[in-house]
Amino acid sequence: MSGGGRRIGDVILQLDRISLAFGGVKALTDISFDVREHEVRAIIGPNGAGKSSMLNVINGVYRPQQGTITFRGTPRRDMDTHQAAAQGIARTFQNIALFRGMSVLDNIMTGRNLKMNATFVEQAIWIGRAKREELENRRKVEEVIDFLEIQHIRKTPVGRLPYGLQKRVELARALAAEPSLLLLDEPMAGMNVEEKQDMCRFVLDVNDQYGTTIVLIEHDMGVVMDISDRVVVLDYGKKIGDGTPDDVRGSQAVIDAYLGVAH
Amino acid sequence: MEELDTFPRLLLHHAKVRPNAPATREKDLGIWQTWTWAEVAAEVRALACGLAAQGFGRGMHLAIIGDNRPRLYWSMLAAEALGGVPVPLYQDAPAAEFIYVLNDAGIVYAIAEDQEQVDKLQEAAPQVPTLAHIYYDDPRGLRSYGNVTSFERLTEIGREYDRAHPGFYDGEIANGRSDDVSGMLYTSGTTGKPKGVCQTHAAFIAAAKGGAQFDKLTADDSILSYLPMAWVGDHLFSYAQWLYAGFTINCPESGDTVMTDLREIGPTYYFAPPRVFENLLTQVMIRMEDASAPKRWLFRHFTAVARRVGADILDGKPVATADRLRYALGDLLVFGPLRNVLGMSRIRVAYTAGAAIGPDLFRFYRSIGVNLKQLYGQTETCAYVCLQPDGGVKFDTVGLAAPGVEIKIAESGEVLVRGPMLLKEYYKRPDATAEAIDGEGFFHTGDAGVIDAAGHLKIIDRAKDVGRMAGGAMFAPNYIENKLKFFPHIKEAVVFGADRDNVCAFINIDVGSVGNWAERRGLPYSGYTDLAAKPEVYALIRECVEQVNAELAAEGDLAASQIHRFLVLHKELDPDDDELTRTRKVRRGFVAEKYRVLIEALYSGKAVQHIETQVKFEDGRAGVVAADLRIEEAKTLPLAQRRAA
Repeated sequence: MSGGGRRIGDVILQLDRISLAFGGVKALTDISFDVREHEVRAIIGPNGAGKSSMLNVINGVYRPQQGTITFRGTPRRDMDTHQAAAQGIARTFQNIALFRGMSVLDNIMTGRNLKMNATFVEQAIWIGRAKREELENRRKVEEVIDFLEIQHIRKTPVGRLPYGLQKRVELARALAAEPSLLLLDEPMAGMNVEEKQDMCRFVLDVNDQYGTTIVLIEHDMGVVMDISDRVVVLDYGKKIGDGTPDDVRGSQAVIDAYLGVAH
Repeated sequence: MEELDTFPRLLLHHAKVRPNAPATREKDLGIWQTWTWAEVAAEVRALACGLAAQGFGRGMHLAIIGDNRPRLYWSMLAAEALGGVPVPLYQDAPAAEFIYVLNDAGIVYAIAEDQEQVDKLQEAAPQVPTLAHIYYDDPRGLRSYGNVTSFERLTEIGREYDRAHPGFYDGEIANGRSDDVSGMLYTSGTTGKPKGVCQTHAAFIAAAKGGAQFDKLTADDSILSYLPMAWVGDHLFSYAQWLYAGFTINCPESGDTVMTDLREIGPTYYFAPPRVFENLLTQVMIRMEDASAPKRWLFRHFTAVARRVGADILDGKPVATADRLRYALGDLLVFGPLRNVLGMSRIRVAYTAGAAIGPDLFRFYRSIGVNLKQLYGQTETCAYVCLQPDGGVKFDTVGLAAPGVEIKIAESGEVLVRGPMLLKEYYKRPDATAEAIDGEGFFHTGDAGVIDAAGHLKIIDRAKDVGRMAGGAMFAPNYIENKLKFFPHIKEAVVFGADRDNVCAFINIDVGSVGNWAERRGLPYSGYTDLAAKPEVYALIRECVEQVNAELAAEGDLAASQIHRFLVLHKELDPDDDELTRTRKVRRGFVAEKYRVLIEALYSGKAVQHIETQVKFEDGRAGVVAADLRIEEAKTLPLAQRRAA
């Protein structure tokens, strides 16, 4: 399945002994794993296993109490959301987080926010850098629109779109930031078979075409097994498995976590 | 230069006389890109030389698969420049359907638009031993494919070859002859295997010339090319007439943006099958229902005015001054803005063909000032047999014999035609050719028709579909189905009645239109199958059916064809399930066989019938849709007393 065009490279993100608690609730306990350049890395686990918390730690929404995050060789106690974005980490959310009243095009344009350096005055009177940047950004956004095949809804307000397309628009906004690491929180939740298939195709195409490293959370095991290179399994905030889809599929701990065993 | 009797020579001609005029446009990354005739000529030259360098040449077939892309049109020219034959295929057909055609045509070289088409070709490849070269236009997702070549690479090879062999390209074009086969289009295959229809340059140029002179097409016209390239209609309008008249073809951004692109381009000349006009009208109706009360009133009031006098005004017939004023006001307030929304503001001539169009639908467009006309023709006749003259459009006929075409009606009622636009032959099928063209050179169309007093041809139905009911009355299924399909809520209908006592019908609802209707009534539904089974939807459809019955009751011989019982199918009829052809015509026999249990239920008086149906998803996987279908009765009117005329 994985195309021959991309080569999985060195570790770019290393999570070391991460623990995160909200008051007395331990969301993540002592979790370590790594992500290699150009790979598709899945995080799976039952509800409440800590998957979304893990993504939130990676892009700095949550600050773990313990552990270090090493991104591209720089170790940190925690990430900061702005730092994460500036370093090329983009994400989508489990519950769609788009501007519902704005058009698809404008929503995706917001993904280019960090690439705009013109001053307020320049932007207000549309000269110099502001004009140049806007044209350049629009071109990039159009490439993303073309890539995800959403030309027909370019001018449609996001709130009027069906769920599956909103998910695609969210991916488009993340891609517009030209990320090197893309975090996808349940990109296929609530989709029908055909929509899922399209989304899988897009995720793989992004990975293949731009070499983007992808960390994704997904419930549909079929999807996970088909498109990921390696899988981390969480349960009750602990890591209970890590390896290729085949390794994970055969692991007793994983089977127990998913099917449930008497405690 | 010598005569302009082949398409490559026409291309060179335009590149010489109007080098800087736009020949092709395509919307890419949100912006319309333009290629002039000189640029197109240069691209075609490079492409042709590239293909030649790869071993393609005279008499070979080049498969072309994809949406309407400039480069795919140019590939047809490139193949023809070398004396080869382009074979465009339906881009939405699954790989399995390609296999027969690729083998039949002995395809070695194929041009695919994108990854989707390349995947299909590669899937078919093990069963198509000849297929050796695949070229692609859009590189997305194809980076890691080993044995395919990009367009860029192909034209690069071509430019080198051209430099190394000066004079080669011009020599090849000079070798071309007007009676060379210029294209092979496969018939949609309503019955049996598809057949390759071989058409010469001369035939298509005759059809293009006749049509262009008839409607005074010039180099200033502009059309949107969005219909399948494998369809004869697109080949005539976007290719043959493009090269004959030298106008501009515009390729939409994607299949889903056609409506927007149509508005942006505002074509002057437009061609669409009835289905497209139907869908447009359905959308207009849906949006009008959602509009505010004053707007709804305006729309209703002025469309009533238009229905009364609009078509006469368009035809230049005498109309009372008061009505003219009313119509002018309507034009200002309703029709003009509506034409603009539809992208039809600049249209001089619009054509429809491919299937019968409902007279009400047809009348609607003409009444709002769109010069919509019908033409009649087949793949075998370059879609050129009859045209409707301006000012002489009759709603129920397809018009007069086109310039240069002879028409005659056989004893059996079948329409026979003769002229320069006839096919040369069916590829490798002398038996079929002999069957279709008789000793006098007439082509048997398979349509039943009559010629009226004014010389207009009226098509009743497919000759083989017209039957008799058990009581002896004429039964013309398409005629009834078209009446049903004019309702925006009904997308497809199949009626049965040959050799039966009464007529029964399968209905496919239009999920867009009925879905919108359901939403406005707060009726929840989960998908097509669920919506189709709602009692409220049945009531809605029954109203439509009963209205059709009322119309039929007034039509003498057809009064016996009133629909007694109907059901709403649990799935949409789909070409992927072989229920429709790729041009979306119902395959009557197949549907009757597949749903035999439903037909039995319709005629046995049962109220409910369980059915399970295999369906194919877009990715080729199969699944099952099961449902308990309700069967309902529709009111019929007593057969009217026939009065002496």
